[in-house]
Amino acid sequence: MTVTIYIPGDSGAVALGADDVAQAIVGEAQKRGADIKLVRNGSRGLYWLEPMLEVATDGGRIAYGPVSVGDVSALFDAEFLSGGAHALSLGNPEDIPFLKNQTRLTFARCGIVDPVSLEDYEAHDGLKGLRNAVSMAASDIVQTVTDSGLRGRGGAGFPTGIKWKTVLDEAGPQKYIVCNADEGDSGTFADRMIMEGDPFVLIEGMAIAGLATAATKGYIYLRSEYPDAIRIMNAAIGIAREKGVLGASVLGSGKAFDIEVRVGAGAYVCGEETSLLNSLEGKRGVVRAKPPLPAHKGFLGRPTVINNVISLASVPVILDKGADYYRDFGMGRSRGTIPIQIAGNVKHGGLYETAFGLTLGEIVDEIGGGTATGREVKAVQVGGPLGAYFPRSKFDTPFGYEEFDGEGGLIGHAGVVVFDDTADMLGMARFAMEFCAVESCGKCTPCRIGAVRGVETVDRIARGDTSAIPLLTDLCDTMKDGSLCALGGFTPYPVMSALTHFPDDFHANAKEAAE
Amino acid sequence: MGLDLSSDFDGNRIQAIVDEHINLEGPLLPILHAVQEDLGCIPQEALPVIANKLNLSRAEVHGVMSFYHDFREQPAGRHVVKICRAEACQSMGSDAIAEHAKSRFKIGFGDTAPDGSVTLEAVYCLGLCACAPAAMVDGKVIGRVDEARIDAISSEVRS
Repeated sequence: MTVTIYIPGDSGAVALGADDVAQAIVGEAQKRGADIKLVRNGSRGLYWLEPMLEVATDGGRIAYGPVSVGDVSALFDAEFLSGGAHALSLGNPEDIPFLKNQTRLTFARCGIVDPVSLEDYEAHDGLKGLRNAVSMAASDIVQTVTDSGLRGRGGAGFPTGIKWKTVLDEAGPQKYIVCNADEGDSGTFADRMIMEGDPFVLIEGMAIAGLATAATKGYIYLRSEYPDAIRIMNAAIGIAREKGVLGASVLGSGKAFDIEVRVGAGAYVCGEETSLLNSLEGKRGVVRAKPPLPAHKGFLGRPTVINNVISLASVPVILDKGADYYRDFGMGRSRGTIPIQIAGNVKHGGLYETAFGLTLGEIVDEIGGGTATGREVKAVQVGGPLGAYFPRSKFDTPFGYEEFDGEGGLIGHAGVVVFDDTADMLGMARFAMEFCAVESCGKCTPCRIGAVRGVETVDRIARGDTSAIPLLTDLCDTMKDGSLCALGGFTPYPVMSALTHFPDDFHANAKEAAE
Repeated sequence: MGLDLSSDFDGNRIQAIVDEHINLEGPLLPILHAVQEDLGCIPQEALPVIANKLNLSRAEVHGVMSFYHDFREQPAGRHVVKICRAEACQSMGSDAIAEHAKSRFKIGFGDTAPDGSVTLEAVYCLGLCACAPAAMVDGKVIGRVDEARIDAISSEVRS
């Protein structure tokens, strides 16, 4: 009997040797005459256990990890093909607490299915949302998404349904759905994981968005740093087109929708929606002033829905199970689930999808297990390079849009980067300014010039000139209030939070200079 | 320092690439990617050809090309090593890894070794933040990079 073995093709797993392990397993199976079928699935998101392979046994899937090439022969000796005991055995992966305690709605299939098998996708509840949408009026689809409480998962938190309604209400022969897959924030990888592990859910979400707004063309603007995601996404789009999920008549509805992947070119600012649209049009990725909103005048001046990958990938489950089902998760104005990405100097790094509302402390200490180095947690940056650094004293902040905003931070794309007590927060503040200077599109002065002056000012403080601290504060106020987009506008978050919560790091040389 | 490509620069090849993409909505980035894929870089000679076909000025095409970090005017080395310098990797000591790489390769970030063996580049996030520090060698991702791994990469690219 053929035994199915799952070894993630997810680039996080591959970065830890999954390709070599897969090759070794196939080689060893041939040598031993074992009949196996290899599936390169997505990752379950337990990166400290990757490469984590799974065997489909009569009693369900059994996981082993982290597996290295050197373990392969011993795994065969231990009869892992029938779930045999071995030091690396993790048992049923869904019983691992990190996974078991999650609420996986958007990531329900990620790590389970073959990413490029539409049959597998359908066998795991795929296309149910789109099938429902096909028989619904556009305005009813929009209403369902509005009622679900889904807000933009890219960071801005704008209600997705409202955005869709604006585009639906716009007349026009051609409207667009643009998926922002320019996931450039350090500490985030949810978009990458879903595109590599369950690309059909994004395709389905975009097709639903198309039906909801009468847009017939979709673009996925995917960053060039993700070559594996580009390959898998393109393969899945090809299959979807072949099977009639995309094309002139979506699932036989008579309504057209197709998708094209466009590859970015290494500019961080293109994650900002108007800059992305310019880039997609073949221009410099310079930010546009708003209004007009992209919903009115977006790609090529036409009405455009622009949503983050996770926002779109969360739509199929809403259309499948209903707005109430999704809205009942979460707290306050943060409804549904959020895939939190736990990264950096952390023991148990990975993807943790859960309802909004866990505290930062629970995420870092309990789920993440503290630092990888075993040292004290000094700071946690939430929301990417433009997110604030949180000290331990703020670990009781619940994970939600308003809750983080109230504490001078933002959840952004829900990346959580942990730093131990060796981190130099003045250095991190300097890096934030430096990064802004490198990546600024140059359109507005507070960002273009402010970031350069910011680096210089932090350097003055580093040399012991603490009289420059009010200057840095003032500069941050100007950048925050005067910048055109979030790059210049939010760079003050990491800078000011570092200064406010870790003042010692900014005064380290002060005395020496005074003497 | 001029490119030797000028003598045998093949404008027809650029024309063909442009023709292949000209019907796309917003064709310029796909064209620039395709030219770089084909020639290893985007030589200045290619710009007027592209500009002419798209009814743009040469300055506009140059402006777009120079905006994006990915596009290069000179070919890269035979191997391209990218090291992530973003926050999550910094939290796991990527600054030291970057310094080590500079001293092993004897070049700075953005530079190509004089023998053309390797180009060293900084990258800001490869999405491997839960297995930091991360690097990419010739498009292949590597997680939990340490100094020994840099040494191994160094010997590989020099051989």
